[in-house]
Amino acid sequence: MKEVISANQAVSYAVLAAKAQVIAAYPITPQSSIVEMLSGFCATGALKAKFINVESEHSAMAACISASAMGARTFTATSSQGLALMHELLHYASGLRLPIVMANVNRALASPFNLKADLSDSLSQRDTGWLQFYCESGQEVFDTIIQSYRISEKLLLPVMVNLEGFILSHTYEIVDLPEQSQIDLFLPPAPARECLDVDNPCMFGSTTDYYINFRYKMHQDMEKAKTLCNEVDAEFKKVFGRGYDLFSSYLCEDADLILVTAGTIAGTCRVVADHCRAKGMKVGVLRIRMFRPFPEKQICEPLRKAKKVVVIDRDFSPGCGGIFAQEVKAALQGFDSRMPVYEFIAGLGGKDVTDKDIERIIEQTHNSENPGESTWIGLLR
Amino acid sequence: MKKRYSLKSLDTLPITAISFITTEGNETGEWRSQRPILDPEKCNRCGICWMYCPDNAIHAEGGAFQISYTYCKGCGICAKECPRGAILIEKEER
Repeated sequence: MKEVISANQAVSYAVLAAKAQVIAAYPITPQSSIVEMLSGFCATGALKAKFINVESEHSAMAACISASAMGARTFTATSSQGLALMHELLHYASGLRLPIVMANVNRALASPFNLKADLSDSLSQRDTGWLQFYCESGQEVFDTIIQSYRISEKLLLPVMVNLEGFILSHTYEIVDLPEQSQIDLFLPPAPARECLDVDNPCMFGSTTDYYINFRYKMHQDMEKAKTLCNEVDAEFKKVFGRGYDLFSSYLCEDADLILVTAGTIAGTCRVVADHCRAKGMKVGVLRIRMFRPFPEKQICEPLRKAKKVVVIDRDFSPGCGGIFAQEVKAALQGFDSRMPVYEFIAGLGGKDVTDKDIERIIEQTHNSENPGESTWIGLLR
Repeated sequence: MKKRYSLKSLDTLPITAISFITTEGNETGEWRSQRPILDPEKCNRCGICWMYCPDNAIHAEGGAFQISYTYCKGCGICAKECPRGAILIEKEER
């Protein structure tokens, strides 16, 4: 059934459809409406889940870890400072190999304070062992949450689904909510796994000198995630007629210049690419959907055929640059180290990234012989 | 069920490090460099030491309190909190 809903509501409907059994969360703008709606589902009995109110995000993740270790399908949602407060436990969740699914509504990190979109919050959690997806539409958010349960329960690693605050989270658009029977076929109850058992007490994640081996196995499984995500996506496409792949590529085949970005900026990039094509400039757009594991081989295939690569980051690492740009450069190193990668920082703290901004980015790249340092878009003069 | 795992190869490792002894098998008393001594004459059985002990190393037994030296790490919180000064801290001799 098609409904006009916000992307936050798409998250809540997806968790309802996935029949999560335990939800623990703490409210934070712009995430709050996700768990507000879910608590409503729990109160009315539409969702037969235990909703645990907690005093912080640290506790929310602790509750999800405990519930998941007992075998429950769990969910939480957070944003920005809340995600930062969870940081310690994110490592526990992945190290204990728990299939927890979390929605993170991307918001700028303080200080100074800003409630709007910025991907730096989740990107600063890139080394915590969570899979990370970055979505572009309400539909993709819904579908990715459903896919994430399948992926995480097979792989036994947690998944973070990211959507930009307000720009996506609070934007209402048409989302196709599939029949529950279809969802149930695609996402049956979680397969059996080793869980805590009160009759046979044991401790998960105990002190060990085999640490390096467990980390290596986690890395191996992260690598397997790329193939698994493609398989799950292909099956999803068969059932629901929609798929997303690890990245989306638009007019990249013959492009001289490829714009690489994540999330909602990609939509504006595609419009500008169309304008450029009309003027005879071969511009393509590559949107990275999966950030962890990073699909380096897959994205390099189209990128290495271009003459110039532009990365637009709504995030940055102080003293280093755009985070996607660093990853893209590292990935290209394995194929063609001389590919010029132009870095642009834009839209931090929810600042609009307009078609004019992207046109300027393309123009600057077109006229410049070598990339030099990163360029910041929209600064005061 | 208590499964047995082999640590001989990556393939046979469990998904995460699992210990079947639970934290009860973790005898933290070995960490102690100072030892609390409870004077039963001074103790009025208020239970404040039992409440404050961060390691559950003080047990109520037959109306009296006993310090378990198997788990007591010697932090000294019980001695600090005891309103009667019934717990003294001594150097641990090993």
